[in-house]
Amino acid sequence: MTIFGVPPQLLFSQLLLGLINGSFYAVLSLGLAVIFGMLNVINFAHGAQFMIGAFVAWIALTQFGVNYWEALVLSPLLVGALSALIEVSMLRRLYKLDHLYGLLLTFGLALIAEGVFRNFYGVSGESYDVPDQLAGGVNLGFMFLPLYRGWVVVAALGVCLAVWFAIERTRLGATLRAATQRPDLVQSLGINVPLLMTATYAAGAALAAFAGVLAAPIMQVNPLMGSHLIIVVFAVVVIGGMGSILGSIVTGVGLGLVEAFTKVYYPQASGVVIFLIMVIVLLVRPAGLFGRQA
Amino acid sequence: MSDASVSPPLQSKGASAGTGTGVARPLGDRLMFVVLIVVGLVAPHLVYPTFLMKVLCFALFASAFNLLLGFAGLLSFGHAAFFAASAYVCGYLCRELGVTPEVGILAGTAFAGLLGLVFGQLAIRRSGIYFAMITLALAQLVYFIELELPFTGGEDGLQGIPRGHLLGLIDLSGNLTMYYFVFAIFLAGFWLIHRTIHSPFGQILKAIRENEQRAISLGYAVERYKLVAFVLSATLAGLAGATKSIVFQLASLTDAHWHMSGEVVLMTLLGGLGTVLGPSVGALTIVGLENLLADKVGPWVTVIMGGIFVVCVLVFRRGIVGELRALVLAPKDEA
Amino acid sequence: MKSKLLIGAAGLAMVLVGAVHAQVADGVVKIGVLTDLSGAYSDLSGQGSVVAVQMAIDDFVAREKPSFKVEMVYADHQNKPDIAANKAREWFERDGVDMVTDLVTSSTAVAVAKIGKEKDKIVLVNGAGSTRLTNEDCNDVTVHWAYDTYALANGTAKTLVQRGGKTWFFLTADYVFGHSLEKDASDVIVASGGKVLGSAAHPFPGTDFSSFLLKAQASGAQVIGLANAGTDTTNSIKQAAEFGITPKQTLAGLLVFITDVNSLGLKATQGMYLTEGFYWDLNEETRVWSKRFFEKHKKMPTMVQAGDYSAVMHYLQAVKAVNSDDTRKVMAQMKKTPVNDFFAKNGRIRDDGRMVHDMYLFEVKKPSESKGPWDYYKLVATIPGDEAFQSLSASRCPLIKK
Repeated sequence: MTIFGVPPQLLFSQLLLGLINGSFYAVLSLGLAVIFGMLNVINFAHGAQFMIGAFVAWIALTQFGVNYWEALVLSPLLVGALSALIEVSMLRRLYKLDHLYGLLLTFGLALIAEGVFRNFYGVSGESYDVPDQLAGGVNLGFMFLPLYRGWVVVAALGVCLAVWFAIERTRLGATLRAATQRPDLVQSLGINVPLLMTATYAAGAALAAFAGVLAAPIMQVNPLMGSHLIIVVFAVVVIGGMGSILGSIVTGVGLGLVEAFTKVYYPQASGVVIFLIMVIVLLVRPAGLFGRQA
Repeated sequence: MSDASVSPPLQSKGASAGTGTGVARPLGDRLMFVVLIVVGLVAPHLVYPTFLMKVLCFALFASAFNLLLGFAGLLSFGHAAFFAASAYVCGYLCRELGVTPEVGILAGTAFAGLLGLVFGQLAIRRSGIYFAMITLALAQLVYFIELELPFTGGEDGLQGIPRGHLLGLIDLSGNLTMYYFVFAIFLAGFWLIHRTIHSPFGQILKAIRENEQRAISLGYAVERYKLVAFVLSATLAGLAGATKSIVFQLASLTDAHWHMSGEVVLMTLLGGLGTVLGPSVGALTIVGLENLLADKVGPWVTVIMGGIFVVCVLVFRRGIVGELRALVLAPKDEA
Repeated sequence: MKSKLLIGAAGLAMVLVGAVHAQVADGVVKIGVLTDLSGAYSDLSGQGSVVAVQMAIDDFVAREKPSFKVEMVYADHQNKPDIAANKAREWFERDGVDMVTDLVTSSTAVAVAKIGKEKDKIVLVNGAGSTRLTNEDCNDVTVHWAYDTYALANGTAKTLVQRGGKTWFFLTADYVFGHSLEKDASDVIVASGGKVLGSAAHPFPGTDFSSFLLKAQASGAQVIGLANAGTDTTNSIKQAAEFGITPKQTLAGLLVFITDVNSLGLKATQGMYLTEGFYWDLNEETRVWSKRFFEKHKKMPTMVQAGDYSAVMHYLQAVKAVNSDDTRKVMAQMKKTPVNDFFAKNGRIRDDGRMVHDMYLFEVKKPSESKGPWDYYKLVATIPGDEAFQSLSASRCPLIKK
């Protein structure tokens, strides 16, 4: 029995891989969407923050014996703190200017980060072993699923849902959303809006770093790992609707699946399909699938 | 989109001063051209010609980009697509069909213009960030298509493009001869950009950039002007790409990568957004730096580029030429 | 009449002067090492290649005491053909470099071979593997020194089919080297009675091979041929283990270097067959040289690095013999002289640019069989040069008249 000429085993296993990739897209685009929604900045440095997150985990492991689980907490904290510094010292000055300057600044920062790590570590990648607790795998019948990859889906989607809940259903989230719409009013209510913005940027970066630690055992930890992903993640955010949290999550996972589907039936197009979809969405529904009209 | 009226559009303050006093300008411009030509004619005897040719190609590329960003206010993050597509088309025609280089370059340029028309139609409907994102996505499409198509050679690139004989007569394999050809192309493209900027069309572009609503209310078909600017910019970027492919006899994926799009933004920003000479100065600086430092510091080159980007965006937004201009014209400027 | 005589005399004088000065231009021979210093192939060539070439230069100067100076420059081409081509052009045009070597990554080698032909300078390729260098893209200034994909296929693929691996699926690096290796291996497999079930091309360099590996798994092939190298190979092997693909299906590393075995460890690679042109522990000569290399580089040499030394030494000896760095003369001398050093036994350069020499089929030792670090291979067979490499009669090189 084949589905359009492909054995079901192959199709399902690829879709499962697509789900894993989609989880990464979801977490990363979530961070981007949060930052864009709040600060109106396209954070080109998101890929670099992802990469630094993975490297922090690797350095922590090889130099200081910090294990994977500790790194999952430590890395986002460190990267978040670093990003908060960047926001306060540089990004903040650009808010009153055209949004495109923010994009250019973060682009420059991404280049710096990539270059520094390239200089010290080359580009061939460092290997980061799967933690012992998650080694091995489970035979699902249609494929052998490494436990770690299953964990990635659970962790990534879990974090996504937690963030969504925090923003859409809690008081903090409500304040954040209000500050996006009318920062002046919120400021007059006594809320420290600049602090809120710094915290948001740091949180977005921390999300990227978290994804980086998750990715370390799967992709080789190398300085270019972020720049490969970042363009795809941009597309995800645009398709989902810039600033829509749910949109990013759903689109991220969805696109991972679409990409996997394409890999099975028409592999040459698997790199292009996401951008094709983005162009179509932008023409037909410019605010994105889940976006609100500005 | 939110507060577009609050934040000033992407421009340099020096730009508006460029079309100022009617008498001084033509003289200054003519002088600029004369100096350019003299320097260009003499340079290859002092400096390695292949380096100069690279600078000229990128200067043209950046100037074409500046037309769109500095004067029409549209940030395209996908200009590498035009640069690369033209290079591949030109290279393929010259290598496989044996056409002479000027025909190859014209073909590549025309293709880039066509591509610009298609992309422009899709992208112009949006503005600001969305416009940048669309152009980025479209450029990625081109990148992946170029990766998969058999004739481009994928990762290997299109190699062995012959220098050929210009008009079937002049052998371009000598570096000096090739240089003068490239210089002529650069001058032609540069002159075209200069004329466009200082024409009524250019004025309307600037008006659209400063306040689109007002331009619409004055009855201008804003979308059409933007599209023309986009196509012109794409065409000239293609001219630069095709020329480069003949100079280096190679077209590769590096030309289509979004890093290349980013690099041309950097050149323009560093040199001076919205100035005529700025992008060329930026191209000279960046290509020169890369050349100088590549052997000595290796991967630090990326870091330095990034650092320049950051500094430019934070404190040096007018760029080299913009700052110089502000210094020179300061007393009259703030009137 | 008088003016004609004068012109003639001047011309004659110039020719005479030229003949007397048929020597090394500027009295310096400059060698350029163009390699991957930081990427997927930096371990198997990279800095080690630079070390090997410097060793060759130092040994040559110390032993032969030539009348000319020898200098080396090196650069990182980042596995990109445009960077390699531009660097080579700059070296040849502006910096007076006479010969370029190493050139790992076939796309860079092919590009630089073209530049060498254009500028009439010698190109000695050690790192790259694509057979195109001695077929479609051959020219008379390029020598393909260390190995090529045909020899690899003949060694590893043939052996595996003979030992029962009849059905194959390829995981191929999507550029000229990967495709060349896949094609050469497929030809050998089919000729030996096997079948190729399919292939999946992955981007070069790649990081996550899971979706391609799963395709290979779904095909049910007995052998998964890895038509890639360096970190692509090591990562494919690691991820195949992660997904439970091995040991049910056999992984065939079609191009594996000792540095790959070192980074993966014997546990993961034991029993693997591989074809190499050099092994540090093959005989006393190789041991002596390799220990000297180890002292400088702290890792045992790969066939690429040893090949770099051998090629440079052969080149410098030719330059000394003809007392000139003129490309034609040196090339003729190089082709005339057999290559017999620690690297190559019964070696000679053919007209298609192929340096034919014996290749070796190795099997990776089990951890229990290894006596210490770098003691990884046991020799299974020696493949004589004429058998290992494609014969001239089958060559697609335009220089070979049939």
